[in-house]
Amino acid sequence: MIEFFNVYKSFEDEAVLKDISLKIVRGETKIILGESGSGKSTILKLILGLIRPDSGQILINGRDITQLMERDLVSIRRDIGMVFQEGALFDSLSVRENVGYRLLEEGKMREDEIEVAVLQLLGFVGLEDAIDKMPAELSGGMKRRVGIARALVGTPKVVLYDEPTAGLDPITKRTIVELMIKLRDLEGVTSVFVTHDLHAASTMATEYAIAGNNGDIEFRSGKDSQSPQKVNFIMLQNGIVCFEGSYMELMNSELPYIRTFTS
Amino acid sequence: MTNAVTGAPGSPLRFFAKAIWEIQSYTFLASRAIANLFTRPIYWREIILQMDRIGVGSLTIVILTGFFTGAVLAIQSEGALRRYGAVSLTGQLVSLTLIRELGPVLSALMLAGRIGSGIASELGSMVVSEQISAMRSLGTDPTRRLVTPRMISMVLMLPLLTVICDTVGMLGGWVIASYKLLISSNQYWSDAMNALQFSDVVGTLTKPIVFGFIISMTGCYVGLRTHGGTEGVGRSTTQAVVSSSILIIAADFFLNNLLIYLAPLMNL
Repeated sequence: MIEFFNVYKSFEDEAVLKDISLKIVRGETKIILGESGSGKSTILKLILGLIRPDSGQILINGRDITQLMERDLVSIRRDIGMVFQEGALFDSLSVRENVGYRLLEEGKMREDEIEVAVLQLLGFVGLEDAIDKMPAELSGGMKRRVGIARALVGTPKVVLYDEPTAGLDPITKRTIVELMIKLRDLEGVTSVFVTHDLHAASTMATEYAIAGNNGDIEFRSGKDSQSPQKVNFIMLQNGIVCFEGSYMELMNSELPYIRTFTS
Repeated sequence: MTNAVTGAPGSPLRFFAKAIWEIQSYTFLASRAIANLFTRPIYWREIILQMDRIGVGSLTIVILTGFFTGAVLAIQSEGALRRYGAVSLTGQLVSLTLIRELGPVLSALMLAGRIGSGIASELGSMVVSEQISAMRSLGTDPTRRLVTPRMISMVLMLPLLTVICDTVGMLGGWVIASYKLLISSNQYWSDAMNALQFSDVVGTLTKPIVFGFIISMTGCYVGLRTHGGTEGVGRSTTQAVVSSSILIIAADFFLNNLLIYLAPLMNL
């Protein structure tokens, strides 16, 4: 579904990604770990075509996006939702306009239909009451949840998360990770989760959600091998993939750089 | 690391290549902003909003600038004109100086400070908080949504503001002429009007169109290229004002020459 072949990317004279090759298949959750500045967020921006690689190929559903024009990337981006660090909500727009932004821009739906879609998405993240608020009135955690709701417009097949739990308190972090698990397990969304928060990554790898008969959602915990989901980890170090494997392999790794994260 | 194409960091070749690249990027952004006017969607609501912000929002500073400039011109002209016994020509001097030069240039410089800096800081903040990336990821072209409306609003509003600045400036000159220099109102206004030629009016309306384009495009270009967090936003804001001001003064020089050259050809 998403494939990188020998991708290099540098900013000014500094190489950020060096010879990155990776593959993310449908239904998979890929968790990209690494310290700040290791090139994690750059991978997400490359997937969306927001920046171009210096060399190498990036295929989305078999289509090379590295040479596509901005207008041709629109159809690729329609299938991909992105949750930005800090939410990246539009300051001058209300929560309603932020979440319904893509629908309002496309102009294909009536206003009342957009209202219903926005309410449904805000219901998913538990923020129906905030529909008339402006981003400045929201807490950090609420901004991320609105960001998730906005990323889900048009039911994308892939959702990219750029450090969605950074700087949040443990309870809000848990809420965000549960939303990500719900999306993965109940909606079948392919996820790419960039973080340096190993605790959030562990929760994502070891827990799964199931819907009960009465409509309640239950979160269960189990080892990676027992989880019905396919979760894989990548560790970046100075722009190079230094580890690729499952959660258990990550935790058992003896590589010194990885031990600084896992110990 | 030495780049084979652009040379070592700090080298003259590198500086030259960077300058060429900046001009190319600026031209590319400007041409895309103009091309967006001929294809849909056009963000009319954003254009009206920006026109209000730029036009109505800048009225006070333009009126104050115009009034005091006209008044100062009248005061300063007294000394020079009295030597030749020509104090009665104050109206002529004020109107010619204001309409040919100071009205368009001062209005543009004031708006470079107020609007150019605002555009650069607004877009710069949107870049560093990833709102521009979010906009692109949601299928919107930021040039179409943000740059084109600001460009068109500025190009439409600055000529109107310049006319207001000129008019209020002449009023300022009239106040001094009447109450300090004791020139009759009749003489002041007839002198002021008779001195003007059609080419002066063309100039006072043409220059702000170019200046408006420069202010909006420089603000947008610098804002969209912001990097380095909130410190970068501050840097962009300063750079937008300084670059716009220099470009306005340089463009004024070339426009003056062009208008002088074209006036006889067009029977202006």
